[in-house]
Amino acid sequence: MTAVIKFQNLTLGYDRLPAVQELDAEVQEGSLTAVVGPNGAGKSTLLKGVTGALSPLDGGILIDGFRRDEIAYLPQQSQIDGSFPISVIDLVAMGLWHEIGAFGRLSRKFRARVDAAIAAVGLTGLEKRTIGSLSGGQMQRVLFARLLLQDARLVLLDEPFAAIDAKTMADLIDLIKRWHSEGRTILAVLHDYATVGTHFPLTMMLARELVAHGPTAQVLTAENQFRARQMCEACAGIPHVCGKSAA
Amino acid sequence: MRRALLGCIAVSVGATPVGVFLILRHMSLTGDAMAHAILPGAAVGYLVSGLSLGAMTIGGLVAGMVVALASGFVARVTSLREDASLAAFYLISLAIGVLIVSTYGNNVDLMHVLFGTVLALDDTALTLLCSFASVSLLVLAILFRPLVLECADPQFLRSVSKLSAITHFVFLALVVMNLVAGFHALGTLMAVGIMILPGAAAKFWAETIAGLIAVAALIAMLSSVIGLLLSFHYSLPSGPAIILAAGIGYGLSLIFGPVGGAIAQNLPRRNLKT
Repeated sequence: MTAVIKFQNLTLGYDRLPAVQELDAEVQEGSLTAVVGPNGAGKSTLLKGVTGALSPLDGGILIDGFRRDEIAYLPQQSQIDGSFPISVIDLVAMGLWHEIGAFGRLSRKFRARVDAAIAAVGLTGLEKRTIGSLSGGQMQRVLFARLLLQDARLVLLDEPFAAIDAKTMADLIDLIKRWHSEGRTILAVLHDYATVGTHFPLTMMLARELVAHGPTAQVLTAENQFRARQMCEACAGIPHVCGKSAA
Repeated sequence: MRRALLGCIAVSVGATPVGVFLILRHMSLTGDAMAHAILPGAAVGYLVSGLSLGAMTIGGLVAGMVVALASGFVARVTSLREDASLAAFYLISLAIGVLIVSTYGNNVDLMHVLFGTVLALDDTALTLLCSFASVSLLVLAILFRPLVLECADPQFLRSVSKLSAITHFVFLALVVMNLVAGFHALGTLMAVGIMILPGAAAKFWAETIAGLIAVAALIAMLSSVIGLLLSFHYSLPSGPAIILAAGIGYGLSLIFGPVGGAIAQNLPRRNLKT
């Protein structure tokens, strides 16, 4: 096992206010890690840092062995315009962008892969529907199908199960486990500790700083959860003086 | 008359696909703003070489591009949003334009710039309109996939490709180009009409992008024919007649269109779609 992501004394933030502070951690290749913590703990910010959309204020993120196009990212609030008349199949097919590009043709071989991805998320038969007519859960399945096609070695998921039903969640967790068994590295921001405890071998708990990182059972203790909440409350409003004093 | 018809059809074919995308990106009013922004360029062109097609075209293109780039630039480097910065720049541009035209020109010229001269298009102007329409369609065809993704899911486009900003600016350039073409035929104010009205009407008839573009182009061409005939037989100004014809098309679509039109929306549905 080698470390594919190294956070080195990493500070990330907006307008010079840190949201993640002095983080030192390593993510191993092929690991399945849940990122948890109270609201405002910097979980989403951390994923944005890994995608490269946000540059570190201090320290660094070393990504070893992945090209930028081998990272797939599912943001929490997708900016998808639901009123845009694009069909399910066209949106899913965009996952092949790295292979087809902006101008290439969707050949029969690619078309078969798109159909397979739609089948894998259980949306066969809805290919021609426009995205505006889908339910929230169906839309999330569409986005997972697109992730499938991106065939990424590093998958970043930000609250992938927000506002979807139990059946959809179970199906999507199966997909995540399939990626895990294929040796992909996965980081998922989650807030439901029960889900994390059942399905995720590793957990990273954040409260601006790292609270704990390791096997889920050792991280999700009552003591750690209490400490994380305290650290975030201590930080609220005066982010630049929080940190060591609260720990 | 035949020249006028050809000119209007060229503008219809070139401008409506761009208009459809403007509407899909919730940028309908951007077209209007850009139309005002090209005025000073056309006016300067007119000052330099009179009612010359080339000078006014180049002037209009330059002014439009400057406003588009400047507002895009301001939106990216300051906290002002793009719609506000565009509004600021087009108002400045419009004021300069009106100042130039009314100081140095006469009223006839102002009417020409504002309302166009579709019945006096010469061969050069027709060639220009047709080439602009062709170039516009070609660029749109090449840029189709990034543009669709830029509209539907800009975040994803930025994550997989560097084409996002290029797509945005090339698209604005297409808007400017089609407005300049339209302004020779219909005038700066009416040029937006042939771009937006057919697209807005098409939303009541089609659900796919290809369908929207086809319906919009058809409505634009029909409006051109009807508007020109009305203007010929009742000696009405041609630009407004064409746009009013498109407006009537929009009104009818609003009421009778099967996709979310007033009647379709309020009729009891017997068969639910599965």
